[in-house]
Amino acid sequence: MGIEQKLGNMGVVTHRLEDLVNWGRTNAMWPMLFGLACCAIEMMDMQASTHDGSRFGMELMRPSPRQADLMIVAGRVSRKMAPVLRRLYDQMPDPKWVIAMGDCASCGGVFNNYAIVQGVDEIVPVDVYVAGCPPRPEALIDGIMTLHEKIRGEKLTDWQ
Amino acid sequence: MDRNELVKDKVAAAFPSAILDVVDFRGTRTLIINQKQIKQVARFLRDDADLRYNFISDICADDLLPELTKGDVEERFAVNYHFLSMSHKHRLRLRVPVEDPDNGPETLTELWPVAEWLEMEVWDLLGIRFKGNDDLRRLFLPEDWQGHPLRKDYPLGYESVQFSFNFEAIDAKKPYAQD
Repeated sequence: MGIEQKLGNMGVVTHRLEDLVNWGRTNAMWPMLFGLACCAIEMMDMQASTHDGSRFGMELMRPSPRQADLMIVAGRVSRKMAPVLRRLYDQMPDPKWVIAMGDCASCGGVFNNYAIVQGVDEIVPVDVYVAGCPPRPEALIDGIMTLHEKIRGEKLTDWQ
Repeated sequence: MDRNELVKDKVAAAFPSAILDVVDFRGTRTLIINQKQIKQVARFLRDDADLRYNFISDICADDLLPELTKGDVEERFAVNYHFLSMSHKHRLRLRVPVEDPDNGPETLTELWPVAEWLEMEVWDLLGIRFKGNDDLRRLFLPEDWQGHPLRKDYPLGYESVQFSFNFEAIDAKKPYAQD
């Protein structure tokens, strides 16, 4: 049909720009190392060889915010750490996404007191919340898959 | 004679009015010491040849506001000093009742340099000032924090548990991040 018939075997494929860009964004998403507490161990476990994170494109975890596009906030954020978190989020270039991993990042977890931020969405806008204390690596992978589906559904008009 | 008795006898002989009380719990002795003489007693414990309490493990404090209101104690705060004698392998605790947090005990920085930081922690969380320690600043809490959280009259600072009936109210007050 259409243009492929006319061009024959010239090796040209047509596709929608949206799908192409979204596919590129999801399949090469580099997380930023933001392991603060116990959830960091499970995040490392997700990246390690048992539940390989590289098969989803997350080959590297970049500690530098300038080179990362996904911030996985893994662990409890104290009030002292909150401005630091915001500054690092601001330093990440667009497009960027945030996963709140674990109960402490989603809602404060077991720490309902003056010192811990009750949910990291008070500081950065969160795309996906992953529940668990800590969430199993499979649960984190499920969260990442949900994020991928969300990004695949993004339209041209949503891009910044 | 056992070391608990030895230390009590020696301190009582050297500073007759310093020991206000002696408490024993599971083999560890606590000497309740007058606030004015704590530094002299600590120096004596460190330097005396038989005692040699050369290691200060911790300086922590209690806020006894509930006991004060009930009438069980006279002073609101109590500062605990934990000593360890490495050569004799013996631990000792000194407890100093403190009435006014702005006039706390004298600093032990001259005897043990780490005491400066342990007292900084006590000031950060409970607000007890140590005479002679000029470097009392925020250690665990952010620099601009007001108040001392471990005091009993400091609010807990919790968010109420979310149910379906109060979700809207909680949601309206929560400071969500703008992008």
